[in-house]
Amino acid sequence: MIEVSNLSYSAGQAQILRDISLTIPQGGITAIIGPNGAGKSSLLHCIAGLLTPSGGQVRIDGLDPFDAPHRDRARAVALLQQTPRIATRLRVRELVAFGRWPHHGGRPGPEDARLTEEALATFDLTPLADRSLETLSGGQRQRALVAMTWAQSAPWLLLDEPLNALDPKYARDLMERLHDLTRPAPEQRSVVVVIHDINAAAGWADRVIALKDGEIGASGPCNDIMTPATLHAVFGMAFDVIDHKQRPVVIAR
Amino acid sequence: MIKRRVTWLALAMLALSAGFLLWQLKGPTGFILTLRGTKLATLIMVGAATGAATILFQTVAANQLLTPGLVGFDALYVFLQTLLVFLLGGVGYAAIPAAAGFLAEAGLMILVAVIVFRLLFRNGGADVIRILLTGVILGIMLRGLAELLQRLLDPAEFSVVQQASFASFSAVSPAQLAITGTALAIALFLCARMAPRLDVAALGRPVARGLGLDYDRLIMQALALVAALVAISTALVGPLTFLGLLAASLARELVPTHRHAWLIPAAALTGALILVAGQFVFERLLGQQSTLSVIVEFFGGLLFIALIFRRRTL
Repeated sequence: MIEVSNLSYSAGQAQILRDISLTIPQGGITAIIGPNGAGKSSLLHCIAGLLTPSGGQVRIDGLDPFDAPHRDRARAVALLQQTPRIATRLRVRELVAFGRWPHHGGRPGPEDARLTEEALATFDLTPLADRSLETLSGGQRQRALVAMTWAQSAPWLLLDEPLNALDPKYARDLMERLHDLTRPAPEQRSVVVVIHDINAAAGWADRVIALKDGEIGASGPCNDIMTPATLHAVFGMAFDVIDHKQRPVVIAR
Repeated sequence: MIKRRVTWLALAMLALSAGFLLWQLKGPTGFILTLRGTKLATLIMVGAATGAATILFQTVAANQLLTPGLVGFDALYVFLQTLLVFLLGGVGYAAIPAAAGFLAEAGLMILVAVIVFRLLFRNGGADVIRILLTGVILGIMLRGLAELLQRLLDPAEFSVVQQASFASFSAVSPAQLAITGTALAIALFLCARMAPRLDVAALGRPVARGLGLDYDRLIMQALALVAALVAISTALVGPLTFLGLLAASLARELVPTHRHAWLIPAAALTGALILVAGQFVFERLLGQQSTLSVIVEFFGGLLFIALIFRRRTL
């Protein structure tokens, strides 16, 4: 379980997050939505222990990400950041294999190789495994980065805008795969995803946290949050919400 | 494949070293071998230090276009030489014991380098433009100061400064070599220990931290090593701005891997190969001397310009 208590974060003079308290239960997909500048990415980075909050605390299954040794933290929580620039020349397999680094610290074993291949297969990257990252499209690179994050084998996956640069098919495939992999199973993972596409959140998330001006505007099960009144309160504009195959579909008015 | 290529580089280095020592060996062989051996060791150490330092610096700066020489080390070296001649006079300068002078110079350069690097890389990263501008501005400032001092020198002292301002591989004492050899061995050992973490650091600060690397600490350790390696090389023979870029770029082509455990030795060997081969050609085949540094800088500069134009972004 992720527990956030009275979390605040400032960047210089600007207060980005204000007194946020929330709990995220294990399993399933939790989507963080909200308008631009609401503090979604900052919240995700604070939870991952990569941004130091100005107040409050975070616990990931009891672990304090700010106090824990760096590799222990990376084994508990894996973070995919928004379109990171990778300056070094790598093949897809080499990039994905880096996901195992928190476990082997530079001395990979056969188990690491097996889990790397598994991550490549999980995200349909096996045919591209020997391709150089430079030759990939933006969407393929994004999938490789998601696979690297997956190979980290952390119980918690925090994904910051993972659908960036993905075409509709791959966006759907990725969310579907994450959905399946977060169902109860021997190796169940939990995903927290920052997403600007409300319908991707409405279509796949189990829970939604809606941020507004650095505070929690609403949070709860997806169907409870995806209502015209709540979305209007968070985004400041009118929406219609219709039902499609028992999932909400949001249409901007 | 990677391992084999590094082995080939090492074998080429051995063969070239043998050629350098034994080519047309006549007359008092013991004396000649001592002279050639000292020069060979100097060339290998400078090449290795510069090549390894450049790979580390490029990883820290997340840019394969950069070399630590661009941060203004050449200007600092010339300024230090000028200041010493200005303060001690030509005779006093010549009377400084080689080992003590070298240690003081290397220590001072490490200090300056650590200060400059810390300023450049605080908050975990430096962009290319900031590094280049710092190098240009630091260079202009120090060159201006050196020129001011040079105007106050008499012609004999000025010629001493001029001689000291170009990289020279012939004026290195055995004591300097022993100190440098030890320092270089320690630095390269530390580089090897750091190599797996440098692989992760090369992914950039955001990803590396996400993978559990203590990125900021590693970067400071790597920069301290870069400072030591560059200071060793510059204090030993003088400034060589673009040798590192040549060595690192060639090493990356010859040994195409992201793994620093191979890249660092490859760049060290390539740097040494460039210098030994260049000196061999100039000294033995063309019968010329003291032009190697000029040629290395010329081709290194050309490579730098070519890399700039080949890239879409810096």
